[in-house]
Amino acid sequence: MENSVLLSPADNNQKVLIRKLEQEAGTSINLCYQCGKCTAGCPAAFAMDHPPRQVIRMLQLGLTEMALNSNSIWICASCETCSSRCPRGVDIASLMDTMRREALKRGLTDKKVAAFNKAFLANVKNFGRAFEAGLLLQYNLTTGQPFKDMELGLPMVQRGKASPLPHKIKGRQEMKKIFERVARFGGEE
Amino acid sequence: MKFGYYPGCAADGSGIEYHMSMERTAAILGFEMQELEDWNCCGATSGHNTDKLLSVALPARNLAIAERSGLNMVVAPCAACYSRHRYAEHTIQHDPEMRSKVEQVLELDLSGSTETLSILDVLVNKIGTEAIAAKVTNPLTTMKAACYYGCLLVRPVEHTGFDDPEDPQTMDKIMKALGADPIDWSHKTECCGAALVTSRPDVGMRMLYRVLKDAKESGAECIVTACPLCMLNLDMRQAAVEKQFGEKLALPVYYVTELLALACGDQPQQVGLEKHFVEAGTYLQTIEVRGAEARAAAERAAQEAAEKARAKAEAAAAARAAAAKAAAKKAEAADGQAGEAKKAGEGKPAAAADADQKKIDAFVTAFTKNPEKLAAKLVANEAQAGVLVSILDEKKRNKLASLMVKDMELAKKAAAAFVQQELKKQGECQD
Repeated sequence: MENSVLLSPADNNQKVLIRKLEQEAGTSINLCYQCGKCTAGCPAAFAMDHPPRQVIRMLQLGLTEMALNSNSIWICASCETCSSRCPRGVDIASLMDTMRREALKRGLTDKKVAAFNKAFLANVKNFGRAFEAGLLLQYNLTTGQPFKDMELGLPMVQRGKASPLPHKIKGRQEMKKIFERVARFGGEE
Repeated sequence: MKFGYYPGCAADGSGIEYHMSMERTAAILGFEMQELEDWNCCGATSGHNTDKLLSVALPARNLAIAERSGLNMVVAPCAACYSRHRYAEHTIQHDPEMRSKVEQVLELDLSGSTETLSILDVLVNKIGTEAIAAKVTNPLTTMKAACYYGCLLVRPVEHTGFDDPEDPQTMDKIMKALGADPIDWSHKTECCGAALVTSRPDVGMRMLYRVLKDAKESGAECIVTACPLCMLNLDMRQAAVEKQFGEKLALPVYYVTELLALACGDQPQQVGLEKHFVEAGTYLQTIEVRGAEARAAAERAAQEAAEKARAKAEAAAAARAAAAKAAAKKAEAADGQAGEAKKAGEGKPAAAADADQKKIDAFVTAFTKNPEKLAAKLVANEAQAGVLVSILDEKKRNKLASLMVKDMELAKKAAAAFVQQELKKQGECQD
């Protein structure tokens, strides 16, 4: 029975979570009739452990843990092809987005992606803008790959495609407040 | 026409050519762009991957700046910035709960009146391709361009909606207006790998390779984009793709705004062409030579065709004149014959018909003036004649008159029938 799946209805916690995901994503998983058009058109499906159709199926079956632990949600490039082609109008991309945020809250994240996002938003919070060069350097250092994209760094500087200093907007206090108030609503700090 | 301008964070870094060529495009086409004052980063993918409220609040601050500045339309050339601002607009308009939260976070009221536009939408639907074509001085004749839209300019449809999500055409139209030949290819809206090329190169590089390879195999000699992240991947990482997949691609990549400015007479350095990683100047020189040859050849062909057409038209005119002369002669002859035939053939019956009518008229007159005399000729006795006279009306007079001209016997029979009919009627009345 190792490979079998228990098709019993989801327990209450799972039901609550699924409803929350659906509400935040603004879509309904029950619309899905498993045609697989999302997976057929997904440009990143080749690298996913469970392509989009299967992730939706997991949610339909109440397998929320399995879905949130799937590497698919981190491989999804948010290209929106699935959502635009779904014949049932399921917003799969929005669900993937919502699941990434849920996984992040639970610490179930791809560490490199999380590190990048954190560094990026710290830029926005502190400067009001993303500082590309600093961001890449910081990302490479925190993820222990200091020589990543070396072939791009110098030519970018030579071509004037890497601003050496961050551009700081005037409304930096405003930005900090935005992040603080969002955190009060239960979001990112 | 005046637009708000949201350059996006790539504008002074990796996407600096986009910013340069965007400003040149506005100057050439004569529309004004007012940079949003003290704008902030839209949060990009990191924002919506992390928190929904934050991902709406960050672009909403920019929308509020636009509102305050009285700018109803904002151009966001970066496809990702465009997408995030459209998403925020959509949420503010359709999700009252979220809108209220965003207003609390920003401590201000939003009217939701600002519209963020992509550069493709602006060029095709606000400026118009005719206006663009009118400014072209160095047409990109013979340029085989793969117009690459990527993801966020056309999806999700509810937020974008200015073009078809599967086979968009706006960039193709702009390229045609510039004189280029946009090619048909299948990957025009496939994802280039976006941030995955950096964060997960094992996945992203393959996605990027597929887009480049399809463009190459479909006959493209260059790729045109309207997104700085697509440019970063397609241009800056093309060498790495060539190395990893062991394939020479050598596809220069251009921003649509760079090509527009160049086709309208700008010099390459004005739009930052030397900043590209895949050498982009040589192909433009090739196009200039090849395009000039093609235009000259087309002109020669057109001249030859015109010459041929003129010769043909002259020959045709001469032939027509000769034919007309011959036809006229023939017609004259035919007319003569026909005239005689008419006289011979039609004259007789017409005359006869005239004569018959005269006779009929004479009988009708006689019936009116002296009915008893004529009645007596038609019926057996005086009593019947009296009956006939009493029932004669115009219709019966005409009928009898015409029968008398044709055949006297038939007239007699008809008269008898009239009398019988009348007698029968009288009999019935008496009964």
